[in-house]
Amino acid sequence: MDIPYTVQPRPDIGLYNAKLGIWLFLASEVMLFGGLFSAYILLRVGAAPGYWPHGWLNVWLGTLNTIILALSAITTLLAWVACKVGHFGKFKFFHACTLALALSFLCVKMYEYHDKWIHYEIKLNDGTFADGHMRENDPAKDYVKIEGRIVNDETLLYDLRSQGKIKMEELEIPRSKIVSMQNYGPWHNTFLAIYFTLTGLHALHIIGGSIVIGYLWGPGSKLWKKDPERFTNRIEVSGLFWHFVDLVWIFLFPVLYLT
Amino acid sequence: MSESHPVDFKSYFRRCVYVFIAVVCTTSLMIAASFLPHYGWPAKVAMILAIACINAFVVAGFLMHLLSEKKLIYTVLGFTVFFVAGLFVLTIYALHDFPTGTQTH
Repeated sequence: MDIPYTVQPRPDIGLYNAKLGIWLFLASEVMLFGGLFSAYILLRVGAAPGYWPHGWLNVWLGTLNTIILALSAITTLLAWVACKVGHFGKFKFFHACTLALALSFLCVKMYEYHDKWIHYEIKLNDGTFADGHMRENDPAKDYVKIEGRIVNDETLLYDLRSQGKIKMEELEIPRSKIVSMQNYGPWHNTFLAIYFTLTGLHALHIIGGSIVIGYLWGPGSKLWKKDPERFTNRIEVSGLFWHFVDLVWIFLFPVLYLT
Repeated sequence: MSESHPVDFKSYFRRCVYVFIAVVCTTSLMIAASFLPHYGWPAKVAMILAIACINAFVVAGFLMHLLSEKKLIYTVLGFTVFFVAGLFVLTIYALHDFPTGTQTH
């Protein structure tokens, strides 16, 4: 038995099944990210004065990822248009571009995550704080080496934007002076917790979308020979999801990197 | 993405170029606004989010074809906007709702 309206739109609503389905799914996705954004507002407004980070994330890397995602949204649309006009070769090219751009986005994100992972805040027994990227942390040695700086006031570690260019130097810190040491993982503070949650969930969407796009580019493209209209609809639906992922980033970038 | 209109590759390509330029411009504006001196945090956030909304409108309107979609999709999105707005309003309302006697910042 054939399922009706997989290709032709329903006469009552003017949409085929998958298109209605993806819009309902995207509506639920808006609620998911909306909940997390409202959690961000709660944490941001509830933070004690001077204890919400500014300038912790690299604006230029965030901008690069914005451009990459915008380009990938465009190549997705062009892949659909290529299907619509019957140019399968162009479809293959533009979808391959989308996949390459998605991979580039994830590479930049991984670099940013790694940068946070090796960044440490070290509380010293004289009340000061050492902060910087870990260079040597061998348990057999009685010191750790970081490339960073020492500050007297912890709040100086939060607002980096107002301090201009900060001079970093290699510091050798004896373990006997260390009271506590923690990297900039999601457990470090509420900003990093919500940063990793939001961007991690977004990255999972990128990975999921890439798998679908990869399937439609590779083995799934066999459908083009049998039923080009249905295949074109699949490209449209996956494209709508991809544009949504781009839309989420359009708000994530200013909220996390710029404010 | 609408299926009811004839599709022309060249006109779509041109549209994509305009959208990309718009995205680059709005992103640059957001970055510039975030570095503006003499403005407080609330003013900057309002400016940046307003620009982000324009950016989102361009992407949703032209790339997702939301400007020429069917009525049912607008209805679904209308409900979504209503519930998300409710979520934000309730969150902001809750910011001032502390149990009696607890210390706040």
